[in-house]
Amino acid sequence: MTRAWRWLIPLSAIPLLALLAYGFRTNPRDIPSPLVGRPAPAFVLTTFAGAPVSLEAHRGHVVVVNFWASWCYPACYEEAPVLERSWRAWGDRGVVVIGVDIQDKREAAEKFIRDFGLTFPNAQDLTGKVSVDFGVYGVPETFFIDRRGRIRAKHVGAVTDEIFRANVERLLAEPEDRPGPA
Amino acid sequence: MIPEVGQGATVVALLLALGGAVAAATGGRTGRGALVEAAQRAAVGVFALVTFCFALLTYAFLTFDFSVRYVASNTTLGTPFYYRITGVWGALEGSIILWAWMLALYTLVIVLRHRQNAREFYPWVLTAMLGVLSFFLLVMTFAAPPFERLTPVPADGRGLNPLLEDTGMITHPVALYLGFTGLTVPFAFALAALVTGRVGDTWITLTRRWTIVAWYFLSLGLLIGGWWSYHVLGWGGYWAWDPVENAAFMPWLAATAFLHSVMIQERRRMLKLWNISLIIMAFTLTLFGTFLTRSGVIASVHAFTQGAIGIMFLGFLALVLLVSLGLVALRWDALRAQGELDSVVSRESAFLLNNVMLVAAAFTVFFGTVFPLLSEAVRGVKVSVGAPFFNQVNIPLFLSLIFLMGVGPLIAWRRASADNLRRNFLWPVALGGLAAAVAFLVGVRPALAVLSFATTVFVTATIVLDFARATRARRRTGESLLPAMGGLLLRHNRRYGGFLVHLGVLVIAVGVTGSQAWSVQTETTLRRGEHAELAGYRVRFDGLSASEESNHAKVTGAFTVSNSRVLGVLRPAKKFYPQQQSPIAAVDYRLGLTEDVYLVLGDFARDGTEATVKLQVNRLVSWIWLGGVVITLGAGLAILPERKRPA
Repeated sequence: MTRAWRWLIPLSAIPLLALLAYGFRTNPRDIPSPLVGRPAPAFVLTTFAGAPVSLEAHRGHVVVVNFWASWCYPACYEEAPVLERSWRAWGDRGVVVIGVDIQDKREAAEKFIRDFGLTFPNAQDLTGKVSVDFGVYGVPETFFIDRRGRIRAKHVGAVTDEIFRANVERLLAEPEDRPGPA
Repeated sequence: MIPEVGQGATVVALLLALGGAVAAATGGRTGRGALVEAAQRAAVGVFALVTFCFALLTYAFLTFDFSVRYVASNTTLGTPFYYRITGVWGALEGSIILWAWMLALYTLVIVLRHRQNAREFYPWVLTAMLGVLSFFLLVMTFAAPPFERLTPVPADGRGLNPLLEDTGMITHPVALYLGFTGLTVPFAFALAALVTGRVGDTWITLTRRWTIVAWYFLSLGLLIGGWWSYHVLGWGGYWAWDPVENAAFMPWLAATAFLHSVMIQERRRMLKLWNISLIIMAFTLTLFGTFLTRSGVIASVHAFTQGAIGIMFLGFLALVLLVSLGLVALRWDALRAQGELDSVVSRESAFLLNNVMLVAAAFTVFFGTVFPLLSEAVRGVKVSVGAPFFNQVNIPLFLSLIFLMGVGPLIAWRRASADNLRRNFLWPVALGGLAAAVAFLVGVRPALAVLSFATTVFVTATIVLDFARATRARRRTGESLLPAMGGLLLRHNRRYGGFLVHLGVLVIAVGVTGSQAWSVQTETTLRRGEHAELAGYRVRFDGLSASEESNHAKVTGAFTVSNSRVLGVLRPAKKFYPQQQSPIAAVDYRLGLTEDVYLVLGDFARDGTEATVKLQVNRLVSWIWLGGVVITLGAGLAILPERKRPA
């Protein structure tokens, strides 16, 4: 067999395979939020424990608002320990974590909070107004809000320790007392 | 318990399949029968184990065993019994199990049927089947484990995607996967032919009926998918050129081309290379389609999860392509065609043209589907390719294919004489022309519709003419009409089964043409008691009612439909699932042979005084589903064992 060129036949598959492999580098789920850079919509909710929780009350702090649901499996189950851990670790430095439970049954949500031993404020968004204001279209979604009350980052899917740290550290590094409302 | 037992069985099945594949290959190379027999036993064992896994997962669904992650993700305590069974293959992990099970089933049938009659191919066919099966078991073990344990065990599960709670979604994946996995069989025989160097027509004769089976299930799967889209998704269409639909359509196109081109090899010993290439293409397209829909590489409404599974599929795709194309290179000289085309006006060339067009269509669909990815890689811009592109390129191709459907089966082999052409095509062409004229006179205006109907009539005429002539010939020998027709169908079941399938395709073509050309719709907001009118129908809004179902809340509208008389009450609804962000529309419709009345409930006032409704009158859509029935009959006929032809 002298015709070496016929071995080009199998090689012809390689460009196609390379293109498909390139596909892994892209993420069709990257959907930017128009809210990033804008002031976070204000809200007042009542936590499962019965206390009021509002975004306004935490102006001057870095606030992490996490939208979740007890039926959101597996992502919410993966990130719940991360959020609790981070809340405990960063609380001293003035970072506030607020959980907003959406489209859920109260008992199921309470069991979720108990199972994961969540201690940060969690409230049910009964009317759905808060999730609509934040443009949430799936759970979990997490918003990182700076000291001036502006949304600075949005994360879709389960939050990891690295993602939490990176966002929060960036916002903490900003000067504390820049004047003016958002 | 169940998670561990299931995982254990999966791993054992994987090892058995791998071992079997190696044993079969070694047996094939050395000619040691004992090894092949061991591989055979392994195949039977794998089938038993995968069946066990499947049954175990079903059991976990039925008993709400939320310690199994997959069960928790796809059922809730409110999920009805029916959908708990079908929920088994409602998502990624379960669909891989179903796939593996079907593959194991086909392997078992090969053991039963071809152990004796395909001796030289048999070890290599087993190697290929067990090899592909190993890959799916590998996915089941690592990338998409259906039996993964979930801790803490939740009190309730998440529930199936509500759109999938439909009978269409139960049967659609089953049919489609039977088609996909079925294509593995001719592919395995093709590989065996390449490895052994026996690239003649034996492998084609052996796999002819297998190919029909796979092709039929693929067609059925596509049609059921269309039906699901039509009556569940609520946009009034049945095909949207979505990447996932394309993923299933491309293998169908390649398989259709293969189904036709093998006849030339059987008859004229031509096209060996082409046939091998087509089946490799059809099989890799099934893998590619699965890769596309399971990897998250291309965004789609059907998108499944992302993750390791995409990389595994890509790796396997690469392996399959390199191995099979490498074998083609190895056998290049044996594959070179011996026959030559005698004339352009011949059955061979009609079939070749059919093949070129089918492959062109497959390429178009492929290109349109991966173009967004290509564009992003080259220019960094995300674009999407929409229906207009696919329609513009494919409609002329499909019309030509339908025309060839009339020419191919009747034109003479080798070289058609003027007499042959006149005898077979004079009347059909005349009737087709007449149909075009009549259509134009009764007011059919879109040129494509006129062309489509004329072509359809032409092809139907060729089929009827052929059948009538053959019947007449038999009656001359003294048979009466019905026995003559029945005998003809059974005696030449392959030919007339094929014709019947063609008729089914024509019926579908009429449905597609009609629904594209003449469907009308309107959207309007009605107060209670008010009515809307469209195409002679009058739809009155009678009010709303709310109800609580086992796993969702439902708001149902009542609309009285009438034309000259009252036809009935349609009840389109909106379903609110606690797990879903937005409500899901439940369409209601009144199907008819010529037109469907189709209602979708939009927004409504909470007090029930007002509702927005989308009203569609869809023409001839039912023909599409009827065509599916005809295709079923035809494929059934074609697959009957061939009788000895009368001398």
